[in-house]
Amino acid sequence: MNALRRLSCFALGAVAVVTATVSAGEIVVHPDGPVRTLSAALRLARDGDRIVVHPGVYREGSIVVDKSVEIVGRDFPVFDGEDRHTVLSVRASNVTIKGLQIANVGVSYVEDRAGIKLEDAHGCVIEGNRLRRTFFGIYLAKSSNTRIIGNDIQGEAVREASSGNAIHLWYCRDVTIEGNHIRGHRDGIYLEWVIDSIIEGNVSEDNLRYGLHFMFSNGSIYRRNVFQRNGAGVAVMYTKNVQMIDNLMEHNWGPVAYGLLLKDITDSYVARNRFFRNTVGLYSEGSSRITIERNEFTQNGWAVRIMANSVENHFTENNFIANSFDVATNSRQTFSRFEGNYWSGYRGYDMTGDGYGDVPYRPVRLFSYVVERHPPTLILLRSVFIDLLDLAERVLPTLTPESLVDRKPAMQRIR
Amino acid sequence: MKTTLKILKYEFHNVIRNRWMLAYALFFLVISEALFQFGGDASKVMLSLMNVTLLIIPLVSLVFGTMYAYNSREFIELLLSQPVDRKWLFVGMHAGLALPLALAFVIGVTMPFVIHGVGEAGNTPTVVALIGAGIFLTLIFVALALLIAVVNEDKGRGFGVSILLWLFFAVIYDGLILLATLTFREYPMEQPVIVMTLFNPIDLARIALMLQFDISALMGYTGAVFEEFFGSVTGMVVSFGSLVVWTAFPFLLALRRFIQKDF
Amino acid sequence: MIEIRNIDKRFGSLHVLKGVGFAIERGSITAVVGPNSSGKTTLIKCVLGLVRHDSGAVSIDGVCMNGTWQYRNDIGYMPQIARFPENLTVDELIEMVKDLRNVKNAGEEELIELFRLGSERKRPVRTLSGGTRQKVSAVLALMFNPAILILDEPTAGLDPLASSLMKDRILNERQKGKTIVLTSHNMHEVEELSDKVVFLLDGKVLYDGKPHDLISTTGEPTLERGIARLMENNGK
Repeated sequence: MNALRRLSCFALGAVAVVTATVSAGEIVVHPDGPVRTLSAALRLARDGDRIVVHPGVYREGSIVVDKSVEIVGRDFPVFDGEDRHTVLSVRASNVTIKGLQIANVGVSYVEDRAGIKLEDAHGCVIEGNRLRRTFFGIYLAKSSNTRIIGNDIQGEAVREASSGNAIHLWYCRDVTIEGNHIRGHRDGIYLEWVIDSIIEGNVSEDNLRYGLHFMFSNGSIYRRNVFQRNGAGVAVMYTKNVQMIDNLMEHNWGPVAYGLLLKDITDSYVARNRFFRNTVGLYSEGSSRITIERNEFTQNGWAVRIMANSVENHFTENNFIANSFDVATNSRQTFSRFEGNYWSGYRGYDMTGDGYGDVPYRPVRLFSYVVERHPPTLILLRSVFIDLLDLAERVLPTLTPESLVDRKPAMQRIR
Repeated sequence: MKTTLKILKYEFHNVIRNRWMLAYALFFLVISEALFQFGGDASKVMLSLMNVTLLIIPLVSLVFGTMYAYNSREFIELLLSQPVDRKWLFVGMHAGLALPLALAFVIGVTMPFVIHGVGEAGNTPTVVALIGAGIFLTLIFVALALLIAVVNEDKGRGFGVSILLWLFFAVIYDGLILLATLTFREYPMEQPVIVMTLFNPIDLARIALMLQFDISALMGYTGAVFEEFFGSVTGMVVSFGSLVVWTAFPFLLALRRFIQKDF
Repeated sequence: MIEIRNIDKRFGSLHVLKGVGFAIERGSITAVVGPNSSGKTTLIKCVLGLVRHDSGAVSIDGVCMNGTWQYRNDIGYMPQIARFPENLTVDELIEMVKDLRNVKNAGEEELIELFRLGSERKRPVRTLSGGTRQKVSAVLALMFNPAILILDEPTAGLDPLASSLMKDRILNERQKGKTIVLTSHNMHEVEELSDKVVFLLDGKVLYDGKPHDLISTTGEPTLERGIARLMENNGK
């Protein structure tokens, strides 16, 4: 019986080899076949070949992909880094990696180990892979024209210092990151010195630090992503010409958690995003010439916290619904404009019938000042006494910024 | 016990036939429905209802409760000349007064949510907490109303006391907390502030609701005591637990006085 | 037999009953009389348990009643001022009291007929006149055929016809062996009805005996004058 099985396996392997030779450029990796490892297949392969990997657990240490090949997994063959290695290290262009499961990269404090690491690689496709416990998941350095699509990356990060990012890009351009599902890393998506890229339709959740984090990455577009329950939300810094549209930021809770943190961002566009139940919906520091329109801020602690060093920002046609505080700021001066937003806290009327309230709305409450200076008073939130204080302040502003006012508050929620 | 149910039945009938009772139910119905019509958003409706609940329920329970207790003096005397135990008579009176009030609130508030939905999926617990807080406040302030009516012989005086008590719990008390926090700002005030809120049922209800509405803001707080209090089920357990104590305390006090009282 | 022993009651600084004590024989009519604020109603309420006396005791057939309530099954009480839950109709009120006592038939039909309340039964109590309410109150007291009747000013506010019906009924009840305690300002009524008079003044019993004896000891022609004489003698 045993002999018979061995015989049939051999026959299968022989058939595979025969097939490989027939349809030129296809190599089959099978635990019981003639080619039993990906490394071996890569040694056999030439540029343009296709390597099909059958199910099994492959422990090959670090595999260097230095040829322009297509590596395709059948039913997610597992490549195990045994907590010691970067699993796939791509050093060639036009490489495709599909349908693999990559696991157990292991924490390193000296090198940026990753599940799939691309260095100086261009025109690659990383698609539909599963990454488990990979320290860094997919890591691109000095690469371009690459697509990272539909990967499922799950880590088990516990501490920031001993964890890596799920998708990490450094010095890249024209990269598409689309439809990936990411959780349990330090940052979900991290970009530094990345330009002209598109980040679309990803779900990044339960990461220790940021769901999305980028710096010095001009001219990129972020669309239809979901960032939820991340330690500190989404942080974007030192960048211009950013477009953030139709994203959802929700349930980012903590003393330093933000739906979206803008630091030194200029000439950018933030539209149609939904900020739901974040400690701070949108935080802006040193950011200027940003248009923030048609976003929805619902049930956040502070919908918008804008520092006085943010100038010429324009908030328009946003919905502010049932937030504990609509707007907070650190100064009586403000250099940003609020106009035509809908505020659920607005109690004015519209006699002129133009759809906008006749009385301006002051979104900064006196109580937010009190809480800032005496945090334990937070327990009085929504007390009638506090509402009366706020009312008095709105009638006669003495501490809140006089110029931070929406003179055209919409009467109806903006659809 | 059987007598209590009978008294409850008559009291209930008598109270729901009161025109003010109908007005009260309609008030909540109209407010919630109007909020839906004008605002449209379930979150906003709940928030406005929270303010209404915290203000109106204590006020109406106190004033209506006190007035009703004075006006049913004859009813009580009639019942006391019958073979009825005072203890069970009082229990029946409290329930007969509190149940219709709570029912009016629950129906008035729930109907529009049934019609329009609760919006976000996460809003259901908030609506439940809102209704729970409303029921607790009704029970507590009806008991306080009965206490006022039992202690004060004079109707006008009782009315004054109930208005003052409402003003104290609804507004003044929080002013005192704010004052204390600002006065002792050099000291860690988290724990004292939490303890202070335990002595005001409206604050307790407010905190229970805040844990639903404003958890996002509360999580932004950096302080061990608050984090512990707000960040887990502790806050919910403490606030609702204290509301249970509050429900029992004025009730038992009023019961004691009622048993001793001369009619 | 109802025994009232040394009852003391203060309302704050007001000392209303100062060691009141007397006995009420079974099957007799006892009238408690006295000027306003002499303590009549308070005394009656102490017997009923509506007022909690500070010291002393009320016992019925040798059993002390302090703080208990079951004994009220044997008592019919008619208060001085009959006011009822406003929104209930007469029928509902009667039904409620029957329900509380768990009695299906309390003989109320006969009483309603007696006091000619047939046309008022479906009306809410709040729409009734004072006299009619008093009749309703009488029905409630006389229902259940109780062994003891306590009537606080039973004829006050009644028209002459109803008043005489009431008095006939009271005498009738005594005939049946009931124990009756009543208060009244009308001394002719007291003379006409009662077997015994207890005269209260400033919370103390000044006279306890037959009305006839009071007249003879004071040497006055009527009970009213006899009582007036007693008051004069006590510096009133």
